[in-house]
Amino acid sequence: MRAIPYRGLRLRWSRLFIYAILILFAAFYLMPVYVLVVTGMKSFAEVSLYHMWDLPKGIHFDSFKKAWLGGFGFEGISRNFFNSVYVTVPATIISAMLGSINGYVLSKWKFRGSDVVFTLLLFGMFIPYQSILIPLVQVLYKMGLYGTIPGLIFVHVVYGIPICTLIFRNYYATVPTELIEAAKIDGATIFGIYRHVLFPLSMPGFVVVMIWQFTSIWNDFLFAVTVAHNPNIQPLTVGLNNLAGSYIVEWNVQMAGALMAAMPTLLVYIFLGRYFMRGLLAGSLKG
Amino acid sequence: MRRLYWERTIPVLLIFPSLAAIAIFVYGFIGFTGFVSLTNWNKLFPDFSLAGLHNYRTLLANPRFQIDMRNMVVFTALFLISCLAIGFLLAVLLDQHIRGEGLFRTIYLYPMALSFIVTGIAWRWLLNPGSREMGSTGVNLLFEHLGLDFLKTGWYTDPKIGIKAVVIAAVWQMSGYVMAMYLAGLRGIPDELREAARVDGASEWQILWHVILPLLRPITLGAVIVLGHIALKIYDLVVAMTGPGVGFSCDVPAYFMWDTTFQSNRFAQGASIATILLVMVSILIVPYLAYSLRREVEV
Repeated sequence: MRAIPYRGLRLRWSRLFIYAILILFAAFYLMPVYVLVVTGMKSFAEVSLYHMWDLPKGIHFDSFKKAWLGGFGFEGISRNFFNSVYVTVPATIISAMLGSINGYVLSKWKFRGSDVVFTLLLFGMFIPYQSILIPLVQVLYKMGLYGTIPGLIFVHVVYGIPICTLIFRNYYATVPTELIEAAKIDGATIFGIYRHVLFPLSMPGFVVVMIWQFTSIWNDFLFAVTVAHNPNIQPLTVGLNNLAGSYIVEWNVQMAGALMAAMPTLLVYIFLGRYFMRGLLAGSLKG
Repeated sequence: MRRLYWERTIPVLLIFPSLAAIAIFVYGFIGFTGFVSLTNWNKLFPDFSLAGLHNYRTLLANPRFQIDMRNMVVFTALFLISCLAIGFLLAVLLDQHIRGEGLFRTIYLYPMALSFIVTGIAWRWLLNPGSREMGSTGVNLLFEHLGLDFLKTGWYTDPKIGIKAVVIAAVWQMSGYVMAMYLAGLRGIPDELREAARVDGASEWQILWHVILPLLRPITLGAVIVLGHIALKIYDLVVAMTGPGVGFSCDVPAYFMWDTTFQSNRFAQGASIATILLVMVSILIVPYLAYSLRREVEV
C-alpha cells in the first residue's frame, strides 16, 4: 500500500525503557488471570488466601468440578451456563438478521427523515437501562414473558437493534451504490438486490455483529438479574454472582467458576480478535 | 409510477418493526418511567396518584443519594483520565516498531471480552487487604513480597478509598480499548505530516503535541463518549466487587436505583433515580448524536 515503510512518531527513549513499561503493563493486565488460573488449579488442601501468588503444587481440577456441579448447600453453574447458551445463541442470530435488514434500508434505501430516524435509534444504545426497567418488567409480565428464556431473548433482541443497525449501516455504506443502481436498472426488486447483491457480501458484517452481540449478551447482568428471578432460568452472570456472594463457597471455587464463565467470550476474542476489534471500533459510531 | 410508490413504501415497511419496538421500548418506556417518578407508587402494588416532585425532593435530601452522586463524579473523572492517559501512552509506545506488538495488543485488550461480574470477582480478591492479625492478602501480599510495604492500603474496605478501588478494576478492563482506538488513529495519520513538521525543525515532542494530538481529537471525543456513558451507568462491577461498601463509600446511583426499586419495591423513588441517571447520560450523549447527525446530513 505505502511506497515508503510507515515510520510514525519516533520517541528518543531507550528501547529498554520502552519495553520495560510495556512489560510492566502486560503484567498488570495478566495479574487477575494468573490468580484465577493458579487458584483454580490448587487442591483444597493448599488453597490459602495468604499464599495466593504461589504456584500450585500439582494440577487439580477439583475446584472446577465443584464450581460446575455444585456442592453441599449450593448449586453449580452448569445449569446457568446452558441457560446462557439458550439465551445468547437465538438472540444473537435474530439481532444480526434484524440489523442487516435495517442497515440495508438505512444505507441504500434512504427515505425522507431516515437520518433522523437512525439518530433516534442510536440513542437507544446509550441509555441507562435503569430508565426502562420498571415498565419493562410490567410489560413482560403482561405478555407472559417475565421470568422466561424467551423473555430474555426478546429483551436482548429489542435493545440490540441500535448497535446491530449501526454496524450494518456503516458496513453497507462501503458497498458502492453503483452496484445497487445497476441491479435496479436490470429490474431487480428491493428483495432481489438484498438477496443477490448485498447478502453475499455481508459475511464480514455478520461476523462482526454476531461477535459483538454474543459477547454483550453473554456478559449481560442487569437484564438477566431483573428479568430472570427464577433460579431455573438464571443466566451465567447471575449464577456466578450468586456463587461468589455465598459464604459457604470457597474462594478457589469462585475463581474456577469465574474462569469457566469467561471461557466462551475469551475464546471468541482469541480466535476472532480481528473482528472483535472492528465491532469495538464501530461501537464508537464512526470508527 | 407504481414502481416508484413501492420503492418508497417497502423500505419503510421493512424497518417498521424495529422502529416500533424502539419507539415503545425506549421512548415510551422512558416516558412511563418519568411518569412513575411523579407518582406515589412506593409499595408493591401500583398507585398512580400524582405526588408532584415529592420523590425528587426526598431523593435529593437523602444522604445516601448525595454520597452516590459524589461517587459517580469521582468514578467518572478518575476512570476517564486514567483510561485516556494509559491508553494513549500504550498506543504511542506500541507504535515504536515493537517486537511482539500483536502479543502486547492482545494482552492489553483481552479484559474487554470479560463480563464485569468476572472482573469484579477477580479484583475483589486481589484488592482484599487481609487483616492485621492474619496477614495481608491479594495485592497487599504482593507488595510485601516485593518489599513495597508502604503501598499497602485497605482498598475498598477503607471508606476513604471506596469507589476509587473500583476505578482500578474498571480501568483494567477498559483502558486497552482506548489503546486500540488511539493506535488505529496513529496509524491513520499520514507520515508526510510528521515529515513536513520535521523539515520545519519541530522536535518529536512538538510533533506529538501540535500535530498528532489535535488530529486525534475525534478519537478522544469518541472515547470520552463511550467511556463516559459506561462510567455513569456502572452497576455490575460494583455488585460483584464491593456492594455499596462501608458507609456507601462504593455505592453508585445505578446500584441505589436497583436496590430501591426491586428490593424495597419503592418504584416511584427508583424511577426518580433512573430519570436523573438518564438526564446525566443525555447531557453527554445528545449533543454528540446531534453533532454526528449534522455531519451526516452535510456529507
